[in-house]
Amino acid sequence: MNTAPVLQVKDLTVTFRTEDGLLSAVDRVSLEVGDGEVLAIVGESGCGKSVTAMSLAGLLPRTATIDGSVRLDGVELIGADKRTLRTIRGREVAYIFQEPMTSLNPVFTVGHQIGEVLRTHVGLSRQAARDRSVELLKLVGIPSAERRISDYPHQLSGGMRQRVMIAMAVACDPKVLIADEPTTALDVTIQAGILDVLRELRQRLGTSIVLITHDLGVVADLADRVAVMYAGRVVETAEVHELFAHPQHPYTAGLLGASPAAGRHAESHRLNEIPGLVPVLTEQPDACTFADRCPRAVDTCTASQPELTAGQHRVACWNPVREPVEV
Amino acid sequence: MAVAEAVTAGTPLRSNRRKVVRRIVRNPLAIAGLVVLGIAVILAVFAPWLAPHEPTETHLSNAFAPPGTAGYLLGTDDLGRDVLSRIMFGLRASLHVALLAVATSLVIGVPLGLIAGYFRAVDALISRFTDLVLAFPFLILAVGLAAIRGASLGNAAIAIGIAQIPGVIRIVRSETLRLKSLDFVSAAIVEGAGDAWVLGRHILPNAASVVIVQATVAIPAAILGEAVLSFLGLGIQPPAPSLGTMLSDAQQFASRAPWAAVMPGVAIMLLTLAFNVVGDSLRDALDPKASRR
Repeated sequence: MNTAPVLQVKDLTVTFRTEDGLLSAVDRVSLEVGDGEVLAIVGESGCGKSVTAMSLAGLLPRTATIDGSVRLDGVELIGADKRTLRTIRGREVAYIFQEPMTSLNPVFTVGHQIGEVLRTHVGLSRQAARDRSVELLKLVGIPSAERRISDYPHQLSGGMRQRVMIAMAVACDPKVLIADEPTTALDVTIQAGILDVLRELRQRLGTSIVLITHDLGVVADLADRVAVMYAGRVVETAEVHELFAHPQHPYTAGLLGASPAAGRHAESHRLNEIPGLVPVLTEQPDACTFADRCPRAVDTCTASQPELTAGQHRVACWNPVREPVEV
Repeated sequence: MAVAEAVTAGTPLRSNRRKVVRRIVRNPLAIAGLVVLGIAVILAVFAPWLAPHEPTETHLSNAFAPPGTAGYLLGTDDLGRDVLSRIMFGLRASLHVALLAVATSLVIGVPLGLIAGYFRAVDALISRFTDLVLAFPFLILAVGLAAIRGASLGNAAIAIGIAQIPGVIRIVRSETLRLKSLDFVSAAIVEGAGDAWVLGRHILPNAASVVIVQATVAIPAAILGEAVLSFLGLGIQPPAPSLGTMLSDAQQFASRAPWAAVMPGVAIMLLTLAFNVVGDSLRDALDPKASRR
């Protein structure tokens, strides 16, 4: 993974103009996604993970101001003109939404919708697009794809629709697939199937995936690297096993402690919750944003804001967790 | 199985169209409505050849002939004019006004509604314009237009159409607002779709059913609107008949010759009902979520 990253985000800052003044939803976030790599962005509601994803896909409303740099395959997207953006987005970036019930157009058959993407972006003929659509549906594990292609979205279950969404997303063989909570709205048994599909796509097509989720089980299952976000900032980033084994930021440790999937509280212990809510930032505080919820807060925490450390396992904390078992 | 047939046959879009037709054909109410509309259109279009009498021809000796009188199937009015012939020509005027009015309101209202719902910047402007038009009572608007452009059937139609624009704008706008927040619209934007494509391919087809329903409500309203305007002398000019003027004329002698009022009244009722029934079944047939029978 030492090749140039496919997606390189540097100091991405997103601010919204609201009636209460400027609200910074994403604050100097830097991320890198390598070829065929799965990067998970984790955090609780309101931490800015979806806004980060939406800014990558160009879905932010006009009240948002975006600063920083997003490079896709070396091409700068922030500040690029509309035409460049449209071609790049259509072909290179794909997006999977959380809610499969509304992410397909209800008045067209699924075959028509996948075919349309192929005809407009790849320039296939009607027949070729149809054949390719069947192939794609098979790729994402839809049984009897030849018949399903004439179905309307409402005739499919949620899991099937999510598979169709994925088929549509990879139709143009995108470099980066942004999956915004792709399994949150699905049953647990279906979730596993969808994760399998994503894993297989990564292996077969080499697609890089940015996975937005709050489900650490999903992260453990699929991700190579993890970025933990809190209040619009990346507070810790590391390779997935390293992060699960040695969380350094108290927030990450808290998330792991609050999750039954991590397997640490299998015996009748209560799950630990993190008290309080993610603060909404209308101004830049000169303190760690997690300080008032942090069990390890020290004096420095309320005096100035920590920056990410350098290296493979980076953390932004004045008093990181140092477990006795150090690598 | 019918579903399997549709799957093997042709492109999705074509089989879709076929499904819509099949659903309508299988609905007896829709067929009844279509038959009534068909007859009305034929009578209206071919009135000059089908009508047994000239609609304006008076036979004072035959005034107030009851329905069934030889040569006057539906009777005559106070001037001895044949009610059947006048209904045929009246249908002509009514359909003409209704279609012209609704076409006017849709052609202007649908795009404005889409734009208002989709582009927040112009929403306030268009919505305030809507309120402005709504602030004028329908009659005042129509009288004003007639005063400016002269009383005629075409001007009455335009006046009715303009009065109906706000309703169309509001309905299309709210539907657009609802649809644009759905993920498939965002998905299209990520795919690189432009505004026109999103509006035309994703929002308009999904909004079509509410537009159709609105149109089927608007057509009967326009027919009645024409009757009101003609009654006030702002629509069709006497002695030319429309269903509305026939009704209002017959008022004066309703107790003596009720058929002169009842017959055009029944015609209005049937026409209105037929439009409603057809619109209803069309909406059901166009909805892919409707159960397949």
